Amino acid sequence: MIENLGFGVLVITLIVCIYGIFASFYGLRKNSLAWVESARKAMLLTFPLITLAVISIVILLVSGRYDVQYVYNVTSNTMPLYLKITALWGGQSGSLVFWSWLLAAFTTAVTLRKWNRDREFLPWVIIIGLVTLVFFVSLVVFVENPFVRFWQTPTGGRVVSMFQPVEALLINPPDGRGLNPLLRHPGMIIHPPMLYLGFVSFVIPFAFAIAALITGRTDDRWIRVTRRWTLVAWLFLSLGLVLGSRWAYDVLGWGGYWAWDPVENAAFMPWLTGTAFLHSVMIQEKRGLFKRWNIILIILTYSLVIYGTFLTRSGVLSSVHAFAQSAIGPLFFIYLTFTMVVSLGLLLYRWSSLRSEGTMHSVLSREALFLLNNLLFMGILAVTFWGTNFPLISELFTGQKVTVGPAFYNRSAGPLFAGLLFLMGVAPLSAWGHSTVKTLGKALWKPLVGSLLVLVAMYVGGIRQWGALLALWLCALVIFITLYEYIRGVLARQRRSGEILPVALWNLASRNRRRYGGYIIHLGVVLMALGIIGIEMFQTETQATIPPGGSIQLGQYEVSFTRLDLFDTDDGRNVARATMSVSQNGRPVGDLFPRRDFYYDSGQPMTIPGVRSTLEDDLYILLVDWEPITSTGVTFKVYRNPLINWLWIGGFVFILGTLVAAWPDKDPEPTRVSVSRRNIASRQADG
Amino acid sequence: MMGKGCWMSSFRLMDKAVKGPMISEPGNERPFQRAAPGKLTAMVAWVVMVGSLILFGLVTSPVAAQRPTPSDDEVNRLAKEMYCPVCENVPLDMCPTQACAQWRALIRQKIGEGLSDAEIKEYFVLQYGDRVLSEPPRRGFNWLIYILPPVFFIGGAVIVLNVMRTMRKNVPGTDGPEKDFLPPPDEVYLTRLEEELKRRQENDY
Repeated sequence: MIENLGFGVLVITLIVCIYGIFASFYGLRKNSLAWVESARKAMLLTFPLITLAVISIVILLVSGRYDVQYVYNVTSNTMPLYLKITALWGGQSGSLVFWSWLLAAFTTAVTLRKWNRDREFLPWVIIIGLVTLVFFVSLVVFVENPFVRFWQTPTGGRVVSMFQPVEALLINPPDGRGLNPLLRHPGMIIHPPMLYLGFVSFVIPFAFAIAALITGRTDDRWIRVTRRWTLVAWLFLSLGLVLGSRWAYDVLGWGGYWAWDPVENAAFMPWLTGTAFLHSVMIQEKRGLFKRWNIILIILTYSLVIYGTFLTRSGVLSSVHAFAQSAIGPLFFIYLTFTMVVSLGLLLYRWSSLRSEGTMHSVLSREALFLLNNLLFMGILAVTFWGTNFPLISELFTGQKVTVGPAFYNRSAGPLFAGLLFLMGVAPLSAWGHSTVKTLGKALWKPLVGSLLVLVAMYVGGIRQWGALLALWLCALVIFITLYEYIRGVLARQRRSGEILPVALWNLASRNRRRYGGYIIHLGVVLMALGIIGIEMFQTETQATIPPGGSIQLGQYEVSFTRLDLFDTDDGRNVARATMSVSQNGRPVGDLFPRRDFYYDSGQPMTIPGVRSTLEDDLYILLVDWEPITSTGVTFKVYRNPLINWLWIGGFVFILGTLVAAWPDKDPEPTRVSVSRRNIASRQADG
Repeated sequence: MMGKGCWMSSFRLMDKAVKGPMISEPGNERPFQRAAPGKLTAMVAWVVMVGSLILFGLVTSPVAAQRPTPSDDEVNRLAKEMYCPVCENVPLDMCPTQACAQWRALIRQKIGEGLSDAEIKEYFVLQYGDRVLSEPPRRGFNWLIYILPPVFFIGGAVIVLNVMRTMRKNVPGTDGPEKDFLPPPDEVYLTRLEEELKRRQENDY
């Protein structure tokens, strides 16, 4: 019953979507507001409809209806309730429904805004939102249906079908296979939804960009409207990435946070173009430059969102040949090609009306440095895209599959990241329109001297790796510049208004939230960079097999193996848990419990590290192997991950900064910076 | 290729068989027990013995030495740079499966036999293909992965430079560096007009 309801609702959603598209087109053609309004109503209907489908799936999951294939594949009797609910996005078809649901939520929300001043965009935004929705809902209805059930035919065969085949009987397995153990983690509640939200919300700026191209209203309106939507999309995507790293660190048992895995890269690529876009739109808002480039960036971001979903959903990553076997792969490919051709075609059509309004006057101006920032982001994108796809291309052309491991990405993208760090420090000091070496130098020299002192201190402190010295120096430079900018702003405000320091700081940041929120984001990025430098350049590890009472030494730490306990749990796991006592410089600092969980239902093991976390470093112990019969030797892997906690702290600061920048308010529209002699003179006096 | 790999492996084995025992023998003489006449003589004998051992070890190829069982760390150092064909994207030093444990045991054995890193990797490549390496070997089609990103980046850099140059050139009425950043008067006027219009538009809202 419920499965039929869920499926029926999805079919109705599809029909409503298609109706909405036609109504919108018809309204445009007949110039009829009533038809466009009808299309808008159709759009508004999609969210409640898909909500019903989602509720149906959740009911099936929670009530253990193992006759439904999806429920059988992703849940089992022993799984806790929260995991049964989150299993909605634990498998292919469920996550496609979830994707569609979030997309409907966002497109519905955007149609609820006031359209007084940009009504011409409305029909097109509806059409683009609905076309995307039609694509995903039809994938669910026609290819990856989460409601299909197991049937036994009279001949004894077993089939999977939505509707009852003739004379077939329902098969009702007593238990399911259960979710992949890697996904049985509290992170499952929040990480995938954040990532998906980030993905779907980039549809909004894309829809407006295309609407702008079609209607020919190629001024900054589409950027103004979508600025906050883009920031929200970016916030969710960033949150998804940070949470994913933390989850990997806690669960995957490799002592790391990022492995340049294709699935990670799939989420990282739209983030790269999205970040470039966030910077580049500022150039258009302030100076009226690079309109075409902004459109290209948002088209690229949307395409990478679809491409990322394609990569992770089509099975193409395990082998090129899985692409041809899965029905979903070719459909994604066709849709991707369709959107790219149409949107790039529109861009070419409007090419001449997207000419820059202003001109660039100096290579050290803010806009020029932002352009360099975009170049570096595109460089990192090229490395990531090519590295992710090369194994597929190699398999296609030579039949030989190759592996592209982290070393390739680190070596190729590392210098580009360093360049971005440098620009992150310098660009906020340069002025829109015009900067010279003199003006920039005047603003830069104090933080520069401070950071050089840090560099000397690090050298004296014994750091000799030039790569690490350079990276840490860059971090120090950006931190000093950002703090210096804050101090300068607060002092200027105090001088003018006589406010006390905290009030001045609060007012400064709240009046200029976009700018100072941006600085907080930059601080967050630097702190994250510190964590990354720590683990990438200073991580140490050792592995050894020791008997009870034995110990392993790693730097200043000594870990002693006390005992190993083997036991079963109520939720269907067999746990092997070691007790390790840790001492630092000979002083005991506590016990750690690395363990290996074996899940009976799915037959898969999970390695959970024992971690001692401080701001200085993490001691991270993995239980690698043991001899069950003799219990004489247990193998442990011990890592020391310096500074890694700053990665998570930086993540928090980063999110905080994005919230500060994106929080809704009635901020005045940004004004163009016109470059006149007087402006420059006054800005130089300020600096 | 196959022939060369096997030849190299057997050469190393032979090398070990010839030189190995020569090194291990002096170590069995237990210098401390034999040096009864006096502490100093014992020390001298010990130093000479150990010294000659080290020297001998240096003169002969290090791979020829009969080594103790390689430690887990030595194995992992190499396993970190390899991937088994089944466990996608999990480096060999991390992979918990039985098959990967066997690979690590094989690496341990090969290190013990005195094979160099490159030889061990080559052994696995010959058996399972290039995909066992963490990076595609630099040859043939694989060169593309190393060449394309820099080419793309340089292309991008050229475009950026061009954009900057043409934009600076396009400023009408400029003939010297001083005026270079000054927009023409009509642009200032237009910008102001536009701002004014926008402000009105915003106020309408």
